[in-house]
Amino acid sequence: MRAIGIILAGGNNHRIKELTQKRAVCAMPIAGSYRSIDFALSNMSNSHINKVAVFTQYNAGSLNEHLSSSKWWDFGRKQGGLYVFTPAVTAESNAWYRGTADAIAQNLSFLKNSHEPYVVISSGDCVYKMDYNKLLEYHIDKKADITVVCKDMAPDINVERFGTVKMNEECRIEEFEEKPVIAKSNTISCGIYVVRRRQLIEMIERCAAEDRYDFVKDILIRYKDMKRIYGYKIKEYWSNIATVDDYFKTNMDFLQPDIRNYFFKEYPDIYSKVDDNPPAKYNVGAKIKNSLISSGCIVNGTVEDSVIFKKTYVGNNCYIKNSIILNDVYIGDNTHIENCIVESRGTIRANSYYKGENGIEIVVEHNDRYVI
Amino acid sequence: MVKKEMIAMLLAGGQGSRLGVLTSKVAKPAVSFGSKYRIIDFPLSNCINSGVDTVGVLTQYQPLRLNTHIGIGIPWDLDRNIGGVTVLPPYEKSTNSEWYTGTANAIYQNIGYMESFNPDYVLILSGDHIYKMDYEVMLDFHKQNNAEVTIAVMPVPMEEAKRFGIMITDENRKITDFEEKPENPRSNLASMGIYIFNWKTLREALLANAEQPGLDFGKHIIPYCHKNGAPLYAYEFNGYWKDVGTLNSYWEANMELIDIVPEFNLYEEYWKIYTRCEILPPQYLASSSFVERSIIGEGAEIYGKVYNSVIGCGVVIGEGTVVRDSIIMNSSVIGKNCELNKAIIAENVEIQDYVKLGIGEEAENDTAPHIYNHGIVTVGEKSVIPQGITVGKNSVVFGVTSAADYENGSLPSGRTLIKAGEEQ
Repeated sequence: MRAIGIILAGGNNHRIKELTQKRAVCAMPIAGSYRSIDFALSNMSNSHINKVAVFTQYNAGSLNEHLSSSKWWDFGRKQGGLYVFTPAVTAESNAWYRGTADAIAQNLSFLKNSHEPYVVISSGDCVYKMDYNKLLEYHIDKKADITVVCKDMAPDINVERFGTVKMNEECRIEEFEEKPVIAKSNTISCGIYVVRRRQLIEMIERCAAEDRYDFVKDILIRYKDMKRIYGYKIKEYWSNIATVDDYFKTNMDFLQPDIRNYFFKEYPDIYSKVDDNPPAKYNVGAKIKNSLISSGCIVNGTVEDSVIFKKTYVGNNCYIKNSIILNDVYIGDNTHIENCIVESRGTIRANSYYKGENGIEIVVEHNDRYVI
Repeated sequence: MVKKEMIAMLLAGGQGSRLGVLTSKVAKPAVSFGSKYRIIDFPLSNCINSGVDTVGVLTQYQPLRLNTHIGIGIPWDLDRNIGGVTVLPPYEKSTNSEWYTGTANAIYQNIGYMESFNPDYVLILSGDHIYKMDYEVMLDFHKQNNAEVTIAVMPVPMEEAKRFGIMITDENRKITDFEEKPENPRSNLASMGIYIFNWKTLREALLANAEQPGLDFGKHIIPYCHKNGAPLYAYEFNGYWKDVGTLNSYWEANMELIDIVPEFNLYEEYWKIYTRCEILPPQYLASSSFVERSIIGEGAEIYGKVYNSVIGCGVVIGEGTVVRDSIIMNSSVIGKNCELNKAIIAENVEIQDYVKLGIGEEAENDTAPHIYNHGIVTVGEKSVIPQGITVGKNSVVFGVTSAADYENGSLPSGRTLIKAGEEQ
């Protein structure tokens, strides 16, 4: 293979509120059966990139648990494999990762000891399918130094939390602004890049020497006039989950048949850690409309327009609407849940009432776990 | 030197001919069960849950599906550096090459495999029962009694005892006598086909009886050990154990899984059943759907109505369709406005719109009434039933059928439609 992979999975994000108290953003459950990082990992695997590093820092435990075996993404190989890098105390450094570039700098030996000419970098909090080989071909074709995957967002979407780019007709990036207050363009960077490996090593080393730590600010933006940075526009589905609203919307998108087909039925597949749950079970009283139900669930009540993750129990006479119930939640009888995200491994007592009045409410219950 | 205290030998070579078209292309242990599982998942999961990490699987009849399912044993954590799962097909030798001619003959032909692990005990299992059992407890029983052979038995109603091999024991569960399918049973302890042998005893018995044609455990090895005075014990098992040898018992065992609290509980956290399933996504239930008293596997898409049914992974059920009391295996597609009553649909079947299955009065099946009965409609794997066809009860469809294969657009009760030339 011509490239190695790097997945940036270190960040925390206060915009996703309580949901990252116990997990990294990249370990957020998605679409009933997956976690966010599965998409980048599966794309790497499906593009035959078989040496991949994951940089993780914030709440790394949740991610390590998910990545405890690399075989689910077909990375259990003699050649290459999956490398998880958390910050470590070494002779040279005892710092945390101070930014994305710093994370790479602290593990530069991974890049130096590889022989593949290119590096594909992806963030782990995006839901998308991509054949990186096509991206790589484009990169080579354009004789680019760095290629940035970009997407035009709908005009009504506020892009101020993304990096926005402006390209010329040759797709060379002329302007790059990180999280602008007033965006000049609706084309955003998707957080997916291709760089030549030696080029990356050189830039990272120089960055580190100048005590600069961020890949976007200190490399992409600083070098944009000096290096040939090109944009690679995608039209396919791409979604970032780093705010509560986006997380909610991304999950709800899977209720649409075309998006479901694109991810679930079209080759190649998205892989995830296998859980060995029994089939979902519907008892008398179950009434499900337009919802995704995952394995191991037992449903006795009404569920509408919702995404129910694995091993959830829905009691008699419950009403769940327009909500996301994360893994392993017990919902007692006669409970009403509307416009909510219910945190995993919770127990909702019988006769509870939750309704998100102004937007989506996050429900975190710490009641004693009721075990069936 | 490699040393495993107990290894398991799992007999998975049988056809299971009483399952009719369900086993015409796959061995019985590879037949789907309970939505996402296959029958062999139960003994394999029992092995790993009991701490038995070396399992030889003896295959012979139609092994492709079984081989792909087992692979290197990843789903059961049986991919090991030493031991793990090994598929053992019959093989050519410099002299006396033969198929596996009986249960014990299959084991005899793999003495070399067993010897390589230098075991103290060998556990003999069959790949066609649904149960959860801790073989370690059985081994403890075996050791406590200083037995050379322990046979797992379960009490059955006296009137049914004549269908089984029956063990007669003393008050210490030592076997004093046994009878194969007796007219007037003297006990109700039926053999489950699960044995623990001391390796030395087994090896000696296999070698001594090597020339016996159709060498069988129940008929030859156990009587031989008994005759030679080896202490035989009966280990009584009182949990759920189901033989799914006939279409009706297969259908019933599936249906038991949909009870509110099923006798056989798949939802227990500490005795999981593992399986290989490539289909991961959640299932989608549309606004037009209604599902009650059913279990459904991953990735299914339900637009119609489903009552009292067991639905496999990746199944699609179209809008306006009503499925009742049926089993639909992985990746089958049911069109719109169909009606399915008490049907068993094998894997990768395509049933087009407006098809009705299980309609009308029951009539005895014309080719194999002992297989196709109890009003069940059976559709073999990769079959196609074209639009608008009506099929009666106790009937069978197998193969890619077209409208011309049905007189007046229907297949009456009791009729068999197996398209020749489709068999590969």
